[in-house]
Amino acid sequence: MSKITRRSFVKAAAAAAATVPVLGGRAFAADPVKVGFIYLGPIGDAGWTWAHNKGRVEMEKALGGKVVSSYVENVAEDASAVPILRDLAKQGNKLIFTTSFGYMDQTLQVAKEFPDVMFEHATGYKRDKNVSTYNSRFHEGRAVLGTIAGMMTKTNTIGYLGSYKVPEVVLGINAFTLAAQAVNPKVQVKLVMIDSWFDPAKEAAATETLANLGCDVITTHTDSPAALQVLEQKGLFGFGQGADMSKYAPHAHLTAIEDIWGPYYTARAQAVLDGKWASIDTWWGMKEGTVKISPYNASLPKEVAAAADKIQAGWKDGSYSVFTGPIADQTGAEKVAKGARMEDKDLAVIDWYVKGVQST
Amino acid sequence: MSIDFLISALVTIIGVSTPILLAATGELVVEKSGVLNLGVEGMMLIGAIAGFAVTNATFNPWAGLICAAAAGVLAASMFGVLVLTLGSNQVATGLALSIFGIGLSSLIGQAYEGTMNPPFGSIFPYELAHHPYGKVLFGHSPLVYFAFVMVFATSWFLNRTRAGLVLRAVGENDLSAHSIGYSVVGVRFAAIAFGGALAGLAGAYFSMVITPIWAQQLTAGRGWIALALVVFAGWRASRLIFGAYLFGFLMTLELYAKASGYHVMPSQFWASMPYLMAVVVLAVISARDRGGSYAPACLGRPFVPNG
Repeated sequence: MSKITRRSFVKAAAAAAATVPVLGGRAFAADPVKVGFIYLGPIGDAGWTWAHNKGRVEMEKALGGKVVSSYVENVAEDASAVPILRDLAKQGNKLIFTTSFGYMDQTLQVAKEFPDVMFEHATGYKRDKNVSTYNSRFHEGRAVLGTIAGMMTKTNTIGYLGSYKVPEVVLGINAFTLAAQAVNPKVQVKLVMIDSWFDPAKEAAATETLANLGCDVITTHTDSPAALQVLEQKGLFGFGQGADMSKYAPHAHLTAIEDIWGPYYTARAQAVLDGKWASIDTWWGMKEGTVKISPYNASLPKEVAAAADKIQAGWKDGSYSVFTGPIADQTGAEKVAKGARMEDKDLAVIDWYVKGVQST
Repeated sequence: MSIDFLISALVTIIGVSTPILLAATGELVVEKSGVLNLGVEGMMLIGAIAGFAVTNATFNPWAGLICAAAAGVLAASMFGVLVLTLGSNQVATGLALSIFGIGLSSLIGQAYEGTMNPPFGSIFPYELAHHPYGKVLFGHSPLVYFAFVMVFATSWFLNRTRAGLVLRAVGENDLSAHSIGYSVVGVRFAAIAFGGALAGLAGAYFSMVITPIWAQQLTAGRGWIALALVVFAGWRASRLIFGAYLFGFLMTLELYAKASGYHVMPSQFWASMPYLMAVVVLAVISARDRGGSYAPACLGRPFVPNG
């Protein structure tokens, strides 16, 4: 019987340990990069969150087994997002997308705690070494909708169902109004902010209110198809938000702005895989494919469809911007001179409405 | 301000007020029997998904309504067993029921997200329901008329029938009612089940009438407003209509004010106002010992028979 001393045991254990890397070396493949998403609403909202989730799925498909993604739905835009983000970071996610404006400060806070995790904040404006921001030029789509609304309205009153007074929403309202005025100088826009991104009952009540005040074309910046259903019942017109919502309102749905996030998510995940990720601000639009207009309703008159197509083409080749002066604000003061185009930096922080918007 | 305008506004107000009125009527009966059920929001959501799912499967809205009420009864019965038979704390159990209802409805609802049912509108003939003036009376879903009928039926039941007297007695002095021979647990359980049925129907109003699509947390906190409404109405059924329509009127007024460009207060104030009122009014419940309150004397206290 050999003597098993502590010394011989330790020597044997060290020898065994030294062989492990050799044995295990071949089993190590590149682990897929984990990508996390936090969503404002449920993926079934058929709008904003649904579009982000579609982008996530496209990213996974495009990059094969090199990335694996996860998501958390219904994350409120308050302090409760912080532990959720921390959790995602601790779970090993190397790239985390926070898909709503209200996650801005929470993203920055958690980003400081996890310097080797990359964060991407949608529709925000604060960045850090490991925080990028990305946005989509939804207002390009709003200009198309405004053109259609301005030509389709019979009462010269069109409605806008807004959510919160943040730059993205203000841009949308202004783009909608300016485009409608360009084809119909008499048109007025009635605006209701319901202080929520998603509240179907309130959206329905607000749509009834706008309809009762004379609006016959109503667009929404909220995420459920409730407004479209009310418009369908009343025989009025509206647009889908974030996704093609024609199945909810076959007559009322004239077209929709679709958010296409797949290409951006794929590009950013690829950057992480290549080790080339850096903090940037991205503001893609129709040209790059993040804003798409859904097929027009078959009942849309040809000249309206042609006008809408012209606006789309103008955005895509850069020859058109709806924010070309002269633009006056609600007091009548001229904010943009004739012929001048508003620049991105002014658009990103805009907080005033153009003349013709009948609310504050 | 034309008649058409007022009528359309009134239709919106009725639409906003009805679910609150339904849920509050059920909760009134529950509280009159001495039980505080804070799970109204959860029961409404369970009723909402049940009604939606059954209507989606059977294309029969009446079946949907019945199942919504039944689902509300089931949810309330869980609460009843915990609170009456096992003696758990009513406030905590009620809150747990709310949270449970939110989660369960979201879970079941995942299969239905994105689907749509036909709206459950008026059952009156088309000409009446869409008549410019007649639509105020005839253009509503049956649940609206049902809500009014239930308020009056509840008021009559509580104040004019023997059974209603027994229920009120159980809520005012459960030990005395027990000593006379009435089953306190039985009466309270029946009241809780009734409250659950009406809350389920109130939830179904959201998923079947207002917006016949399913969305998570469709009720957006209206259950809490219904709770506050019961206190606001001083536990009197006849005042529920006034309170529910006041809330509905204020919520609709907020929308019209904003749409017309009037900015009396910041919009966040208007949005939070119903819930602020709910908080203030719910605080009254806990202060019921100070200076005569109309709350049932045994509200929230578990029933512990001697011996």
